[in-house]
Amino acid sequence: MSSKNRIDRCFEELKARGEKALIEFVTAGDPDLETTEKLVLEMFGRGADIIELGVPFSDPIAEGKTIQKASLRSLNAGTTLDKIFDTVKNLREKTDKPLLLMMYINTIFRYGTERFFAKCAEYGIDGVIVPDLPFEERDEIADTADKYGIYNIFLVAPTSADRVSTIAAASKGFLYVVSSLGVTGTRSNITTDFDTLLAPLKGGNTVPYCIGFGISSPEQAKKMAGYCDGVIVGSAIVNIIADKGREAVKPVGDFTAALKAPL
Amino acid sequence: MDKVGRFGKYGGQYVPETVMTAVHELEAAYDKYKDDPQFLAELKALYRDYANRPSMLYFAEKMTADLGGAKIYIKREDLNHTGAHKINNVLGQILLAKKMGKKRIIAETGAGQHGVATATVCALMGLECEVYMGAEDCKRQSLNVYRMELLGSKVTPVDSGTSTLKDAINEAMRDWCSNIDTTFYCIGSVMGPHPYPTMVRDFQKVISEEIKAQLMEREGKLPDCVVACVGGGSNAMGAFYDFIGDEGVRLVGAEAAGRGIDTFDTAATMSLGTEGIFHGMKSLFLQDEYGQIAPVYSISAGLDYPGIGPEHTYLHDIGRADYVPVTDEEAVCAFEYLSKMEGIIPAIESAHAVSAAMKIAPTMPKDSILVINLSGRGDKDVYSIAKYRGVDVVEQ
Repeated sequence: MSSKNRIDRCFEELKARGEKALIEFVTAGDPDLETTEKLVLEMFGRGADIIELGVPFSDPIAEGKTIQKASLRSLNAGTTLDKIFDTVKNLREKTDKPLLLMMYINTIFRYGTERFFAKCAEYGIDGVIVPDLPFEERDEIADTADKYGIYNIFLVAPTSADRVSTIAAASKGFLYVVSSLGVTGTRSNITTDFDTLLAPLKGGNTVPYCIGFGISSPEQAKKMAGYCDGVIVGSAIVNIIADKGREAVKPVGDFTAALKAPL
Repeated sequence: MDKVGRFGKYGGQYVPETVMTAVHELEAAYDKYKDDPQFLAELKALYRDYANRPSMLYFAEKMTADLGGAKIYIKREDLNHTGAHKINNVLGQILLAKKMGKKRIIAETGAGQHGVATATVCALMGLECEVYMGAEDCKRQSLNVYRMELLGSKVTPVDSGTSTLKDAINEAMRDWCSNIDTTFYCIGSVMGPHPYPTMVRDFQKVISEEIKAQLMEREGKLPDCVVACVGGGSNAMGAFYDFIGDEGVRLVGAEAAGRGIDTFDTAATMSLGTEGIFHGMKSLFLQDEYGQIAPVYSISAGLDYPGIGPEHTYLHDIGRADYVPVTDEEAVCAFEYLSKMEGIIPAIESAHAVSAAMKIAPTMPKDSILVINLSGRGDKDVYSIAKYRGVDVVEQ
């Protein structure tokens, strides 16, 4: 690929401006894909730097109740990967900011790894986050993702310890630091010792690293951003969508602006 | 950090990063203890004194005469403590958990047999136990729910997805992600991320080792065919494993066809599944064109799973084992047949194997031998079979 990946460009611009990244997640197709399209544009307009579109899966083992229910709402509305690609195509006419897919490995595998990454490149997806594809199984998609210039963003967890540097070295775009043990969902307290966990990355020549899982308020976002290059917010946004449905666009925008302000 | 735990291209370790360290910790512990004489001696003593092993190999004379083909032997895993083969694996895993210093055990269960076995061994070893069970299965097997509670376990009904076995596994995995330091996940079948498919098989292979020794003593030869039911596939792997190198021994897995493999109400993964990656492993799964895992159905809660262990998929691919679908109706007929013919009430899961054997045995010569692995007893199923037959059974 000759053109630079949008994720790299995004972090370079943020660094130049002295800002931390706000990465936001919505489940694609919750409550429907038209709303997803409006939500994404609103979130980008109000301060989101990168957006993850969650591809709904029947059995999302890394998700808490909030995103489990969002997946179900989306699947019941008839969302499919092909329809999500169509939404991405529409979005690409209106925004040039990084779009990621967060999804389970079976969705890629069943679609056909080659076909999937070719479509990502064609429609303008910049990276994928696959929570059930650990470092050891990276070859499942690595060569194909590389071929099409799509970044595979790896995750590290509070249990990763001496795996952190190796995984960070393999991650492209950024490294997703899971804030706490357990599944996705808002948490009142995040107690992980990030200074120790992330020590191997300090001063090193690694990709930016961003903390996610459980961040639900501007205060938490600010605190977490102190340890890293950006924060990832998912369930707190999905909760607003669960509550307001198609009317969620403005409240999600307001929440986005509040999250971005201290970053 | 290399790829491990493959059976051909199947298997692997497709789990969230949070549990990778636990998977590696388990792998290291299993590697350390699997050939440790002390560990194996302790396990053997538990098998003998607590689980009632070796289980009997019974010559089913009436059934043999009735079917008019191969001599039929029945491996009586139903006579194990807790009434099924599940105890073999649970004793192994929980003994290992003890060695690893784990204080809390979690498990998933479908029919309740693995849950009961886990609750039983946790009571024996003084460990905290929580069993995840699909809300639908809790209803179908309410007696087993009470049995687990009686043994001191917490039973947590799971109402997400289809409220059955796969959802119980999802929830157990989520629990494991949250409580990784204290908790040991005791998986009940030859599935999940490596090392589970290998480890569970190793704890179940005692079945085929005993069959071989018992048959050599009785008949002085190997069986010609071994038949076992397959959901995730642990009793079948146990019954097959020691015979894999014996090419003359035909290995047959009976999977749950539910209302038929030409309907949507089925759990026949080998007949209808496609390659996928789910629950930590690459194998065959019942899924749609976008990889959404399909709702599955069988009269048997223990076979009601949309996937199959990776080693089975491998044995199928290389042509070493055959897998045949058995419908609800055929399984119920076999359930009734074995009850009346031999005075043995099989688990509805095991009745699938009995049904397959009833079709195969008459096609075999009279001097040949067919072994049915009777994985569990059927007391738990009497109510649902009565209901299936329209008989109203109410306990006073």
